[in-house]
Amino acid sequence: MLKYIIPLLLFIIMAVFLAVGLNLKPGEIPSPFINKSAPEFSAPKLNAPEEKLTPADLKGQVWLFNVWASWCVSCRAEHPILNQLAQQNAVMIVGLNYKDEPGAAKNWLDTLGNPYNVSIMDQDGRIGIDYGVYGVPETFVIDKKGVIRYKHTGPVTAEDVQQTFLPLIAKLQAESL
Amino acid sequence: MKRFLFIFLLLLSCSSYALDYRQLPDPKQQETYETLTKELRCLVCQNQTIADSNADLAADLRRQVYEMLLQGKSRQEIVQFMTDRYGDFVLYKPAFKGKTSILWIAPVIFLLTGLITVFLFIRRKKAAANLRSQTGALETDAEKQKKIRSLLEKGDPS
Repeated sequence: MLKYIIPLLLFIIMAVFLAVGLNLKPGEIPSPFINKSAPEFSAPKLNAPEEKLTPADLKGQVWLFNVWASWCVSCRAEHPILNQLAQQNAVMIVGLNYKDEPGAAKNWLDTLGNPYNVSIMDQDGRIGIDYGVYGVPETFVIDKKGVIRYKHTGPVTAEDVQQTFLPLIAKLQAESL
Repeated sequence: MKRFLFIFLLLLSCSSYALDYRQLPDPKQQETYETLTKELRCLVCQNQTIADSNADLAADLRRQVYEMLLQGKSRQEIVQFMTDRYGDFVLYKPAFKGKTSILWIAPVIFLLTGLITVFLFIRRKKAAANLRSQTGALETDAEKQKKIRSLLEKGDPS
């Protein structure tokens, strides 16, 4: 009897490991930023490089921090979704124009529409490093106190907006400062 | 001989640095730079270190390591800086703690399981052999010899 049980057990253990392994998404690295303060930055605005934006300027409101670039193909797929979200006026959307040419970035916004309340420039990728950015696009949800509450890696889909972003934003808007 | 030496030297030349090379003033820091960039994972191409990778992010992270060393930051501080931003995943040698313990313990468990299996297998075989030699071994030997002799005498019947 034991002779059959041991191989069976080994098989089950292996099957469980393989099943778990199949369902893992190695592209999605857990972010160490959840429930931590949004890292500081002071970055020039894309449309007005002489003006700078810091997270402190955004205190008291819920904002999305969306990392994008004109060279990023998935950003193009994500863009209409962000435009729609911007039309709903549910949340402030801040863009981090990551390792991009200002000219190319402006051109991109002119042709595809600009969902961002403001975009800031990170030409050498330092703000990106501070936010642990490793794949563009990435989207952070930051609450009124300036704490990162959620991070989405990869393009945001309409489904993500309905099921994750809008409920979370509504919840965070209801929180008091 | 000279020709072989020449080819051999040519082969050696291929292992030079293909990427941006950085020289730190202090040889000790240079060593830290080289080991650290080989222990940090490039998050874009996940099976390469930032020393190996050509990805943009890897280049930025190399620059970051270099600058932090120039500022006199220790190895520990740089590793902390990276894990604060990218999590334990960025380390090819993650620290031993709750979440990563299975990474460190699993190989030991597998090795022990293997050793125990081999040990049990050998012991069982030995026990079986002992049993055979104690009981009917002589008898079967005699029987076998008889068979062999008859085969030799008569030739193979088949």
